[in-house]
Amino acid sequence: MAVHKVVGIETEFGILHRCNGDSNPVAASSMIINAYVNGFLCQRVSWDFEDEQPGIDARGFNEFDALAPEIETHLVNAVLTNGARYYVDHAHPELSTPECSDARQCVVYDRAAEEILIRSMQAANNLLPDDEELVIHKNNSDGKGNSYGCHENYLLDREVPFGRIVTHILPFFVTRQIFCGAGKLGNEVPMGDRAPAPFGDRPFQISQRADFFEEEVGLETTLKRPIVNTRDEPHADTRKYRRLHVIVGDANMSEVQTYLKLGTTSLVLAMIDDDFVSEPLTPLVPVAALRQVSFDTALSGLIELVDGRHMRAIEIQWEYLELARKYAQSHGLDPVGGDDIGNDILDRWEGMLTGLESDPMSLATQLDWVAKLRLYEGFAGRHDLDWDDPKLAALDLQYHDLRPSKSLARRVGLERITTDDEVNEAVSVPPPTTRAYFRGRCLEKFGEEIVAANWDSMVFDIGTDPLRRVPMLEPLRGTRTHVGNLLDECRDAAELLRRLGN
Amino acid sequence: MAEREQVRRSAPRETTDTTHTDTASEGATELKAELDDLLDEIDDVLETNAEEFVKNYVQKGGE
Repeated sequence: MAVHKVVGIETEFGILHRCNGDSNPVAASSMIINAYVNGFLCQRVSWDFEDEQPGIDARGFNEFDALAPEIETHLVNAVLTNGARYYVDHAHPELSTPECSDARQCVVYDRAAEEILIRSMQAANNLLPDDEELVIHKNNSDGKGNSYGCHENYLLDREVPFGRIVTHILPFFVTRQIFCGAGKLGNEVPMGDRAPAPFGDRPFQISQRADFFEEEVGLETTLKRPIVNTRDEPHADTRKYRRLHVIVGDANMSEVQTYLKLGTTSLVLAMIDDDFVSEPLTPLVPVAALRQVSFDTALSGLIELVDGRHMRAIEIQWEYLELARKYAQSHGLDPVGGDDIGNDILDRWEGMLTGLESDPMSLATQLDWVAKLRLYEGFAGRHDLDWDDPKLAALDLQYHDLRPSKSLARRVGLERITTDDEVNEAVSVPPPTTRAYFRGRCLEKFGEEIVAANWDSMVFDIGTDPLRRVPMLEPLRGTRTHVGNLLDECRDAAELLRRLGN
Repeated sequence: MAEREQVRRSAPRETTDTTHTDTASEGATELKAELDDLLDEIDDVLETNAEEFVKNYVQKGGE
């Protein structure tokens, strides 16, 4: 039985400081996060452990003390009451959603992340002089060869050989772009011996990120980026779990796309966990295939496979879908959150492939890349512009602009699968179905007594005793069902720790 | 094999039913009007100095 696919998304946002002099993106990112932390949070809790040496474990799980805390930079690094982590990474504000128990829940927290950035931006701009402004974009490239990521995380069974994961997820990652891509004008592929496939009549491609991948498998995330990232840091019980850290995706504005990206990938990974796989459809040259698929907005190009066959990206996706339908029949859909959501993922996946086969423009309210293409074609036609006109490049940035007054993504009629109410709630309330519930509720209720928090533990200072660490090595424990009443009843952290220790 | 066909049955097929033609062209007109409205709105919100905005948009690599 596959491990339940606990999922999360980390997004690095683009940041622009519009001012007369020089601007520093690290300082600007800090300003954004500090404005939020100081303006909206009662209690500031740091994510990293710094020099703290938590001694005693509340539940006596001393064997886990050997786990070294995550070493972080000294930049702003906060944990939020919705269980998320909000910090400066390199020169970008980054927000990691709390752990979610299914794809749809994660879409809500991804939208809540946007909302948090919008509030941060507004709070920071209130502090700036009138002629300065901080602007945040949810994108992955500046159009000039600089890229920043939107990473997905999936919980996997430690027993599954990593080679099997690589073999069977690689063809999926190369081809899922056709319904996961956020679209981009132009290309940023380093020229030379890796000349890109020719564009059709327009310099437009399906993915923001495909230009930046140079390896099939590896540990890097900033240089020589690999299609399958091998970072092995489960933030959970290392004896039982892996975490697949996926760096190949785009940051989507479309909720449907974020949902399907997470949902289909969870499903394929559950199949790999259960060894429910067929002959791999491995591209002969995966990196070239990744770019070829991204450039191929007609969806007609053939990918040469290791076994000598040639298949279109969409045909490879049909094969995965077909196998997933069989998997659903034989194994059920519990690992992705149950039959309701699992079948919805399968049906939408099929609808997406069907739409892409018949008329991609029919998906203009579901896929970012199609929405962009429709918009740019219309705009270029109306104003009689060439495709290299800076106005189109401005549209390509402004699509991702989070300012409600400027965002184009908010204006193109994208289908919603969340409601404003649930997104607003998710800004401050954790998901009830993962350990993020325990983290978020503790912060909300006992913030003053928490020294630090991390994905897999929290450190309390209850006064006289040594600091106390509560390990949270099971992503699906610490839920509302498990600890909701306990958290409601406890008046302070000391009582909570005493009762947890019982 | 049967299941394979079941999955792909919903893949595109030529529609031969000509009675849909009118509806389709009405739909297309509607879509065109929608796009026109959208483009009007975009003209209003587009960055005023697009060229400079694009030029100044430089990010550091991340991850």
